[in-house]
Amino acid sequence: MTAASLTSHRRPPLKPAVVMRRAILTVVMSGILIAFLSPLAYSALVSLKTEQQISQPNSPLLPSDPATFDYQGKAYDVYYVPMPDGTTRELALVKKGRQQSDFVDPGNPDTGVITWQGSWRTLSQPWELEPQWDNYAQVWGLIDFPRLLFNTVALAVIGTIGTVLSCLLVAYGFARFRFPGRSLMFTLLLATIFLPAAVTLIPTYTIFVKLGWVGTWLPLLVPAFFANAYDVFLIRQYLMTIPRDLDEAAAIDGASPLRILRSVILPQAWPVIVAVSIFTFVYSWNDFFGPLIYLAGHEDIQPLQVGLSRFEGVYHTERAFIQAGNIMTLLIPVILFVAFQRVFTRGIVVTGVEK
Amino acid sequence: MSPWIVGFLAFTLLPMVATFAFTFLNLTLAQDEPITFVGLDNYVRLANDGRVWETLGNTFKFAAIWLPVSVIVPFAVAVGLNSRYAFGSSLMRTLFFLPYVVPFVAGVLVWNQMLGQEGWLNAALRFLGWSTPPDWLYDTTFIYPGLVLMGIWGIGAGIIVNLAGLRGIPTELYEAARIDGAGPVASLRNVTIPMMSPILFYTLILGVIEVLQYFLVPLVLKNGTGEPGGTTLFFNLNLYLTFFSYQQLSYGATMAWLLFGIALLVTLILFRLSRRWVFYAGER
Repeated sequence: MTAASLTSHRRPPLKPAVVMRRAILTVVMSGILIAFLSPLAYSALVSLKTEQQISQPNSPLLPSDPATFDYQGKAYDVYYVPMPDGTTRELALVKKGRQQSDFVDPGNPDTGVITWQGSWRTLSQPWELEPQWDNYAQVWGLIDFPRLLFNTVALAVIGTIGTVLSCLLVAYGFARFRFPGRSLMFTLLLATIFLPAAVTLIPTYTIFVKLGWVGTWLPLLVPAFFANAYDVFLIRQYLMTIPRDLDEAAAIDGASPLRILRSVILPQAWPVIVAVSIFTFVYSWNDFFGPLIYLAGHEDIQPLQVGLSRFEGVYHTERAFIQAGNIMTLLIPVILFVAFQRVFTRGIVVTGVEK
Repeated sequence: MSPWIVGFLAFTLLPMVATFAFTFLNLTLAQDEPITFVGLDNYVRLANDGRVWETLGNTFKFAAIWLPVSVIVPFAVAVGLNSRYAFGSSLMRTLFFLPYVVPFVAGVLVWNQMLGQEGWLNAALRFLGWSTPPDWLYDTTFIYPGLVLMGIWGIGAGIIVNLAGLRGIPTELYEAARIDGAGPVASLRNVTIPMMSPILFYTLILGVIEVLQYFLVPLVLKNGTGEPGGTTLFFNLNLYLTFFSYQQLSYGATMAWLLFGIALLVTLILFRLSRRWVFYAGER
């Protein structure tokens, strides 16, 4: 540990100016963060509301229903009613009229009907907290969620296995073997990161059409087994930090390169393999364009996001349903991220900076 | 090694060459006519295609708003999180990153309502006294700011990259600056920004490549119609429609090469200009 890091761990004495600055910065940063995350809260709340509440201005923030009261076997809406004596009472509207209406006091229904002069349409209603969990149950069926979830998970798992295996092999090659043109190939590899996808898309798609693969999972899965620049780079950078002594000792003992990879490199490379697996899984979960073009029209094999966008096309007026669908789509990647957040942030630092 | 060589050839290099070859032919996906060599016909058509240049204009206009935001906002948030006065910065870092993992379509559909008339942004603006806030995604003036707001949701990775860079700046530099009498603003300008310039440059280059290809958000949000008023008909969206909806293979390939050429040109210009402002500590 260096002198600089030692001093930074000792807390400076808290001067009022420091406390002030810390308070201001914390408030400002928290404010930005709350604004930044508010769409998630918005979506979660809307997903639990009734369509009636969403379209009603000045309705409560939390999912609620207008309060009702059961009187003589029927449910009646409750309203805030201003009384002649200046107080406001919560009364159930039992008989609607243009000039005058009849109300009942929910707290004391036996006192009978209270007749109130005025138009009931001018009155506002109290709301009761009432999350519509049923929205989720309905969307589950409408969108055929189990089928979409199965497709998404299957695509992500197979794609992740292919990516990790192929990228590990290629990265091992770049990290441990000398061959003619290695640095040129590595430069080419990195260059593909910057290549606009549109340049390769048209012939690739055409080839998949000619092969008869469009409408199957093959165009999404086969390329995963042929490595990609990002993950090769990430794994190679990690393998470069593993000392060669053990490989060399194993080689002297007559171990083949694949044996060395399995018995020597792999046990030491777990952190980066976990990182690439989780990255690839979430990336595959979140891939929209690939499934959109290759699985168009094949609803039974599409993953969640394509199903969600199709659902939006049909049900866009049912705003609560759309948000429930969003929450159902984003929940698993978000949970994975929260569970493995260190892995994510470290992976991005490696690919992002150490060029 | 060999799997990657095969994969690289099959999925990257061959398609690139093929795309280039396609530009001189008359390919369509259905191919009703015999394949013929058409010389520069596709390029002539491209030069005279008003829609192509209009969509390119849209892309550049959007890039002009988005690129500064995509470089400055993650940097500013990272500086805030990295400050020695920041409190709970590792939790905040995690939470700032979170929307980055939200599936793209879900994110777009959340924002579609968030920016609507009954969404929270306009509720907040009304509360602050703007009685008729804009209909962000349906107004030709406010659509780009609306799309920028959506884009900001994905800056998590940029924040992490910036934070890593900030942590790498030697503390001695700040101490030397303080001894020389520099306040927070002066040390930001004279230490942080020069030391961070390679990372700011890196995020700028990645941002350019991304923004030139921007089209999935309007595709999902507006079903590729280009509404409102053609403003969301970006270059790559037009390319996508040309290929997938109109199935014009050769013309689409010509547009793809134009996009590639523009991306290359812009990147080269930025690299040339970077010598004036990007400072590499390792170089003499």
